[in-house]
Amino acid sequence: MAEAVSYDLRPDLEVIAREVPAGVRVLDVGCGDGALMAVLRDTKGVDARGIEIDGPSVERCVARGLSVVQGDADRDLTFYPDGAFDYAVLSQTLQTAARPDRMLAELLRVGRRSFISFPNFAYWRMRRALLLRGRMPVTRHLPVTWYETQNIHHVTVRDFEELAAGLGITIERRWFFTREREISPAGANWRAEYAVFEISGSG
Amino acid sequence: MSVRKPTTLTLPVPLPLDSGQALDAAQIAYESYGELAADKSNAILVCHALTGDQYLASTHPVTGKPGWWDRMVGPGKPIDTARYFVICANVIGSCLGSTGPASPAADGKPYAMRFPVITIRDMVRGLVGLLDGLGIERLHAVVGGSMGGMQALSLAANFPGRTERVLAIATTARHSAQNIAFHEVGRQAIMADPAWAGGDYYASSKQPDAGLAVARMAAHITYLSEEGLTEKFGRRLQDRPDGSAGEKSFGFDADFQVESYLRYQGSGFTRRFDANSYLYITRAMDYFDLAEEFAGEQGGGQLAAAFAGSSARFCLVSFDTDWLYPTAESRHIVHALNAAGAPVSFVELSAPYGHDSFLLDVPPLDRVVRGFLGG
Repeated sequence: MAEAVSYDLRPDLEVIAREVPAGVRVLDVGCGDGALMAVLRDTKGVDARGIEIDGPSVERCVARGLSVVQGDADRDLTFYPDGAFDYAVLSQTLQTAARPDRMLAELLRVGRRSFISFPNFAYWRMRRALLLRGRMPVTRHLPVTWYETQNIHHVTVRDFEELAAGLGITIERRWFFTREREISPAGANWRAEYAVFEISGSG
Repeated sequence: MSVRKPTTLTLPVPLPLDSGQALDAAQIAYESYGELAADKSNAILVCHALTGDQYLASTHPVTGKPGWWDRMVGPGKPIDTARYFVICANVIGSCLGSTGPASPAADGKPYAMRFPVITIRDMVRGLVGLLDGLGIERLHAVVGGSMGGMQALSLAANFPGRTERVLAIATTARHSAQNIAFHEVGRQAIMADPAWAGGDYYASSKQPDAGLAVARMAAHITYLSEEGLTEKFGRRLQDRPDGSAGEKSFGFDADFQVESYLRYQGSGFTRRFDANSYLYITRAMDYFDLAEEFAGEQGGGQLAAAFAGSSARFCLVSFDTDWLYPTAESRHIVHALNAAGAPVSFVELSAPYGHDSFLLDVPPLDRVVRGFLGG
């Protein structure tokens, strides 16, 4: 990847920033402080909008001139019209959704395509931690203890692929990462620490 | 700061009103700050709230106090007058230089209750008339809190090409039954004052100050939060004039500090505001329903239709302790803007001061205003 431009983003966001075409409309669901949106706007002329639940993060987004609405993605996506965006982005947020299956359907209703990134709960270090210690693992990508985490639906690469198939969602492309480095898809379900999927609807 | 002298513009054509009437030779009194760029691209219109005025960042001529948004507007401040040409006008119907019920009608006597009932959109028509007079075709931004926010939204909806940005703070797209109810209490207090005299009190030695003060006291409670009132006053008793500690009088003096505070607010208000203006402006706010203005043949009143023609960027701000225009009102507007495909930001800020938070020291608001205007 030496030839690729670096946007100085988290690796999953780096992939999304690289792959989103110039000039499209993007909704970043759970956009945090707007790092991805700012890159998309400034380097690709993307019309980027965001939803974020955390007030101080929204304030930082607005202060950098981004269009971000404070709200709960579980509830507020319904207020966006069908096909309002070319891409809907959901980075490291699927596992916090009340109903991830409905969230995916909503993302592909408001966006033509969607980028989804999430930590893979079947990563071998997670398996080992659970096997050896018999306790819910706390890792760099899942750093919060089980009782206070917002991650209420832990998901694996294989779970996600099966859910997509069940919902009639097409997986267009996929990327896997371990320790901030991209790895091959072989054995991704146990080798990948986190994953990025590009999906599209059946229609 | 380069402060211009108070200025008044007389509209060259009659101002058409929603009631079907028109206002001849309407005057718009305004103040401006900063310098208008040669291409006139840096103008920001700030719209004032119910009891506000054009003295945005300059000393008030009656009270001698700093402008109502002095903390927000000035060189290097969030609305930076070193960068922007900032205009603030007295709305029609009010009483500090713009045409209102106290102004002389064609017969030379004050309009009083002959003044036509006006709406928020009528106020905006007056403001757009001022912009026309100043040769400003497109604003960098229109900004307002509370009733000022209603004007900002109304301007964006009714004059969609006239502004690039819309910043609406602690406001609503329509008055609720509760909002109307509180205003009605205020109006009835004024009209129950014998000195109101059917509105014809201008030549009299008596003014309906008691009624107006009660109206202000009732409204002022809605501008604060229970938390803020409790923190500021609790049930503490007011010290006596001679400095001794307060105690219950077993009468109806202002024993409690909160009573004394409200009486002070009420009496201060009567010195700077006209009772009939209070009637007309609260009426305009009660009539405000932006969706209704854009209702289609079904009369459904989809708020999104109001913003369908807009190319502006929007920013909505609410405060978590504001129960007069609570966050749900702002969300309602945000959802309509989403449905209309408009670029919109929204944030609910945390502040203890209730509705009045937009006028007070809330640093996150400064950051949002600065960022949105500059972004």
